Amino acid sequence: MKKKNIAALLMAGAMCLSLFAGCTKSDSQESATPSGTDSNVSSSSTAAQFKIGFIGPLTGDTAIYGTNARNGAQIAVDEINALGGDIQFELNPQDDENKAERSVNAYNTLKDWGMQMLVGTVTTTPALSVAPLAHTDRIFTLTPSASSTDVVDGKDNVYQVCFTDPNQGFRSAQYIDENMDVSKIAIIYKNDDNYSTGIYESFKGEADKRGMEIVYTGTFTTDTQNDFAVQVAAAQSAGADLVYLPIYYTPASVILTQANQVGYKPVFFGVDGMDGILTSEGFDPALAEGVMLLSPFAADATDELTVNFVTEYQKRHGQLPNQFAADGYDAVYILYKALTEAGCTPDMTAEEINNALIGAMPTISVDGLTGQNMTWAENGTVNKDPRAIIIKDGVYTTPES
Amino acid sequence: MEFLNNLIIGVSLGSIYAIIALGYTMVYGIAKMLNFAHGDVIMVGGYISFCTTFYLDMPVWLSVLAAVAVCTVLGVVIEGLAYRPLRQATSLAVLITAIGVSYFLQNTAMLIWSPTPKFYTAVVSGSLSLLGGQLQVSYVSILTVAVCLLIMVVLTLFISKSKLGKAMRACSEDKGAAQLMGINVNRTISITFAIGSALAAIAGVLLCSYTPQLSPTTGTQPGIKAFTAAVFGGIGSIPGAFLGGLLLGIIESLAKAYLSTNLASAIVFAVLILVLLFRPSGLLGKYVPEKV
Repeated sequence: MKKKNIAALLMAGAMCLSLFAGCTKSDSQESATPSGTDSNVSSSSTAAQFKIGFIGPLTGDTAIYGTNARNGAQIAVDEINALGGDIQFELNPQDDENKAERSVNAYNTLKDWGMQMLVGTVTTTPALSVAPLAHTDRIFTLTPSASSTDVVDGKDNVYQVCFTDPNQGFRSAQYIDENMDVSKIAIIYKNDDNYSTGIYESFKGEADKRGMEIVYTGTFTTDTQNDFAVQVAAAQSAGADLVYLPIYYTPASVILTQANQVGYKPVFFGVDGMDGILTSEGFDPALAEGVMLLSPFAADATDELTVNFVTEYQKRHGQLPNQFAADGYDAVYILYKALTEAGCTPDMTAEEINNALIGAMPTISVDGLTGQNMTWAENGTVNKDPRAIIIKDGVYTTPES
Repeated sequence: MEFLNNLIIGVSLGSIYAIIALGYTMVYGIAKMLNFAHGDVIMVGGYISFCTTFYLDMPVWLSVLAAVAVCTVLGVVIEGLAYRPLRQATSLAVLITAIGVSYFLQNTAMLIWSPTPKFYTAVVSGSLSLLGGQLQVSYVSILTVAVCLLIMVVLTLFISKSKLGKAMRACSEDKGAAQLMGINVNRTISITFAIGSALAAIAGVLLCSYTPQLSPTTGTQPGIKAFTAAVFGGIGSIPGAFLGGLLLGIIESLAKAYLSTNLASAIVFAVLILVLLFRPSGLLGKYVPEKV
């Protein structure tokens, strides 16, 4: 008898807690709880909402990408829901730690939940495992930032918000050649990583075509990404005045630190993976002073859309959004536009929505944070212009040229 | 010039390996066990130093002391809780326990500090410009080599001259006989662990100054490399650990610079295999024939 009472009490307590969890949902976004499956899902489901799944690294080495993309997407969802139109969204973010097997688990969790569209994955390696699943299952997928062409190749229902790796490498070489006064270039890239090698190859191709002088090419792998003393010394003794880093910010920050230790101060030029370097805990922003990166988004841009977004993001999370937040934000608005265009309703199945969106995507044009007049080719790649950003006094700014 | 530069990188990396290898070799020499959790004690040392400077704003020297203190206690506690009850067990059981302790430390660190890497600010910054700026030697490298040499000298003196050092050598020769001579074997082993872990804390601080990224698996790779260095030099031998660590660091950095970055680790281990083929007990190890 007594045991039963306790059990009942526990049940009641649990139910109360879950009620509160529902209420505090909207402002609990800040606490970046990893894999906070239930607490992040809006439980106040009004009758008709589109269920959007989100997969990205919310913890781990690349957590900054995932959390930013999720926060950005959430802001877009809230804005669209506040419009009160026919299209209402429910966002369910899942953590993949930038690992393929975790990502597949997250994908299956979302499928069980009844996901109708997927915004994800945020990073390339998991995307290569998840995108084929979404293709087979006929779930429309829009990745905010997985930039390898392999992510979209041969999959009619997988689209990208970010530009592709070859595009990034090509544009970097173009930008450096046309806008910067450097003569000798060193490259350090990660040769067991699709993202990094993809950018490297297209950069190299374009640089060779333009007759740019590459004096040193260094490589590393996951196992050796803690120590770059040798590569930095080689770039230094080769006399490179620009070091191109088509890699993620975690190893990049080690390179910056070790270069600083031996007094080597070239221009470091990164791509979208460099974004996030300023927010690593314990990292001295002074080390990143003057680092340039190619990015579609600058938080200091003065257009109304960016200003509003940055203000809202800062209000919610107390820090500046990076381009992944912008990618996530745009992803939701692209879906919104495409759904409106295709006339989808929330009661449609994932497959029906999928087919409708495949038809709509190549026809729409979206003005977003990461580009004006973004359009899509039928193979899923986006068409927009990247721009260069320089880190000055610890913030991303547009370089004066 | 480039060669000289890579050599310096190798020596400073090797000095870190040597300090870690000293911990392995001392524990092996005295307790006849491989303490695979040693690499993770390094990681804990790094985190303690990071937290005390970053969150508590302590001066660097104090944070190093804090790291040494915490790691020393940790080493003694690990020995007391995990290894002492297995003193009479087979060496395989102790080995597996050590691996378990290693995972326990890693996962606990992941719980406390999260897997997101943190950036350790080096204890000293800047570099020394030599030969008219052609050669840049970072102060971290100089500090690392100096600390390594200092530790070597102090440790050698301690082992050969002090009473406790003599007790340690006695335990390593024959535990039973040492006990009969009135040496407290358990206490001696505890002290060995304390010294080894204190060295690990210093190695942690130097390692993180050298490669600033700090994550729960930071200690794994250097731990394995240092273990290799200890075997390379002859496990159980203190000068051997020093020589092994130094050679390993130099081979690694030269292989990275001139052969292949990706194959650097493979080359290191290939050299180890070669050495063990010709000198099964390592460079300076004593060859003890197994009696059947």
